[in-house]
Amino acid sequence: MVPTSYFLVLSAVLFGLGVIAFVFKRNILTVFMSIELMLNAVNLAFVTFSRALGQLQGQVFVFFVIVVAAAEAAVGLAIVILIHRNRGTLNVEDVNSLKN
Amino acid sequence: MPVLDYLWIIPLLPLLGAAISGIFGGRWPKNAILAVALSSTTLAFLAALEGVREFLMLSANQIPWTKDYFTWISAGGFRADFALSVDQLTVVILLVVTGVGWLIHIYSTGYMHDDPGYRRFFAYLNLFMFFMLILILSANYLLMFVGWEGVGLCSYLLIGFFFLKRSATDAGNKAFWVNRIGDFGFILGLLLIFRTFGSLDFAAVLPRAAGMAADPAGQIGTLTLIALLLFVGAAGKSAQIPLYVWLPDAMEGPTPVSALIHAATMVTAGVYMVVRSHAIFLNAPVAMQAVGVIGCATALFAATIGLVQTDIKKVLAYSTVSQLGYMFLACGVGAFGAGIFHLMTHAFFKGLLFLAAGSVIHAMGGEQDMRKMGGLRKKIPITFWTMFMATLAIAGAPGFSGFFSKDEILNEAQRVSPMLWGLGVLTAGLTSFYMFRLLFLTFFGKQQYDERKVHVHESPKNMTVPLIVLAILSVCGGWMAAPQLMGGANHFQQFLAPVLSTAAEPAATSAAAAESTGGGSEILQALIGAPVIAGLLGFLLSWWLYIKSPGTPKKIAASLSAPYKLLSGKYFIDELYLAAIVRPLVWISDKVLWHVVDEGAIDGTVNGVAEVSHEAGDRLRRVETGNIRSYATWIVLGVLVFTSLLLWMVD
Repeated sequence: MVPTSYFLVLSAVLFGLGVIAFVFKRNILTVFMSIELMLNAVNLAFVTFSRALGQLQGQVFVFFVIVVAAAEAAVGLAIVILIHRNRGTLNVEDVNSLKN
Repeated sequence: MPVLDYLWIIPLLPLLGAAISGIFGGRWPKNAILAVALSSTTLAFLAALEGVREFLMLSANQIPWTKDYFTWISAGGFRADFALSVDQLTVVILLVVTGVGWLIHIYSTGYMHDDPGYRRFFAYLNLFMFFMLILILSANYLLMFVGWEGVGLCSYLLIGFFFLKRSATDAGNKAFWVNRIGDFGFILGLLLIFRTFGSLDFAAVLPRAAGMAADPAGQIGTLTLIALLLFVGAAGKSAQIPLYVWLPDAMEGPTPVSALIHAATMVTAGVYMVVRSHAIFLNAPVAMQAVGVIGCATALFAATIGLVQTDIKKVLAYSTVSQLGYMFLACGVGAFGAGIFHLMTHAFFKGLLFLAAGSVIHAMGGEQDMRKMGGLRKKIPITFWTMFMATLAIAGAPGFSGFFSKDEILNEAQRVSPMLWGLGVLTAGLTSFYMFRLLFLTFFGKQQYDERKVHVHESPKNMTVPLIVLAILSVCGGWMAAPQLMGGANHFQQFLAPVLSTAAEPAATSAAAAESTGGGSEILQALIGAPVIAGLLGFLLSWWLYIKSPGTPKKIAASLSAPYKLLSGKYFIDELYLAAIVRPLVWISDKVLWHVVDEGAIDGTVNGVAEVSHEAGDRLRRVETGNIRSYATWIVLGVLVFTSLLLWMVD
């Protein structure tokens, strides 16, 4: 059997990649995808612990996260489309009207 | 026992009157307001009469009759109830307050009839009655203090009644501040009582104080300290040296107020409080001496100022201070019953004097300077005759009420200290002089006003009837003590004896009993004679100066200009206080408290806090770039920091 730590390391690596992509990418769509990547990294960790501890809660959480992520994707993509329409750009650095 | 069981009804009635006319009476016709004010005090007086009737049917072991209505304050070991109680002492003062108060209310309906502020006036006056009744009916010191402060408040409101007049508001403020000093002493006394006895109930404190060993003469122990602090409070309320300065100025209030509050009732609250606490005072010889000496000094001091005043109300004001001094002199020599007796007769004749003076002022269209009156005797005969009765009473003419009470005080004083007695007799002479001077200047001699300008007229019935009733009381009010002169018993003293004998009877009283039965009655007669002779001399001097040769006073004033200036300047005590206390206080308040403490420390702290947060906010604002990636970076860094902290702590 594959040891638990392997899964966790994979989860951490995926999460780290998501974070790095989130911080450094400029395109909103890419940023959005990096968020999905982080979510799924967390899902993987949940499932791993669920298996290691022999409990179902972790898997229940995963279902929740997937449902919420679907909703978030719908809303998020709608926002992305609106930003594109209003501003004509998908560069996050241009979306800073909260400043000042 | 309908009233004794529901004692609260007596103070409640005037409170209701004040609330109804004060809160709802805004658009009511004048007669409705007058009816409310008058009926509430009438009912209170009737309730008090019924209460006294029931009280007289109680057996001795039911007295003091105390009713505990509810717990007012309960905190830790401290407990104070809303409890009212009645004993013989309360009965006397209760009748004086409700009775004289009722008469003065009737008088006020005439006197204040044309004043636009009549509604405010009667609301305050009713409220005063409420607090005064709480003061005398309370069964513990704390509730008494509520009444004490309440009457002070009403006094302040009524002194400043004509609030558009600068001098009236100043006088109100002065009364309030001077009373604060006295009340501060009173509060300290209460705290010390609680610390010593663990309670503020009269029933708990006074018997224990009576049972304690007396402080040795010349030393200040706990009881002496309590007594002295209580006396500071009494000196403030009852206008004794050095806190008397507010009472003469209090004459800025309407005349019925001067009669009710500043002559008959409120200012005697200090005497009542001292007599109520006599168990403490009797075990505190130093305090007793202080009370006696200050009382005697005040009596003489105020009487000398009264000699040269020209404002009719000012003469009466100084006379009040002087007579209050007599009451404290009585307390100081252990003759508490005599003090209360004088309190009662004084309420009659001084209330009457003020009301009659009000009637004179009313007749003169507001003039208060006696030098501009003269010859009023025939024009306002009722006022003249009633005032004449009151003057005879205060001057101590034999047979009148003041004669009995004053002689009793002086007799007791003579047993303790011949010097106090001598000064008391001198004061009696001065009293007689300045009172007849007032009478002669006002009612006799040449007319000093312009008849075309002043339309002199007798006051309406609702003003003269109270005058007549009070005149009858001023004449007969002392007869309860009359049998003593014939070698019998003093009914007034006998009535009060159960209250005043809770403490060991002062040696003086038993000595008095021995003397009056033994061969000392001749001496007694001679001593009674001295104040009467002094009073007669005062009268003759006054008659000679103001009737026989009216030019003489001016010559005397001119030849003795220094003493005359000292007296007419009231010994310049006000100026002294202004220079020694008021000005430095104002200076400190202005330069130190305002500009340094208030502006510097307090405003500085508050503004400083605002400044710091404003500045910090301005700096922190730069962190908010609006750039989502920098936010994410901060979050990641934060998570890393916390995670490593957690890991480090687990290891």
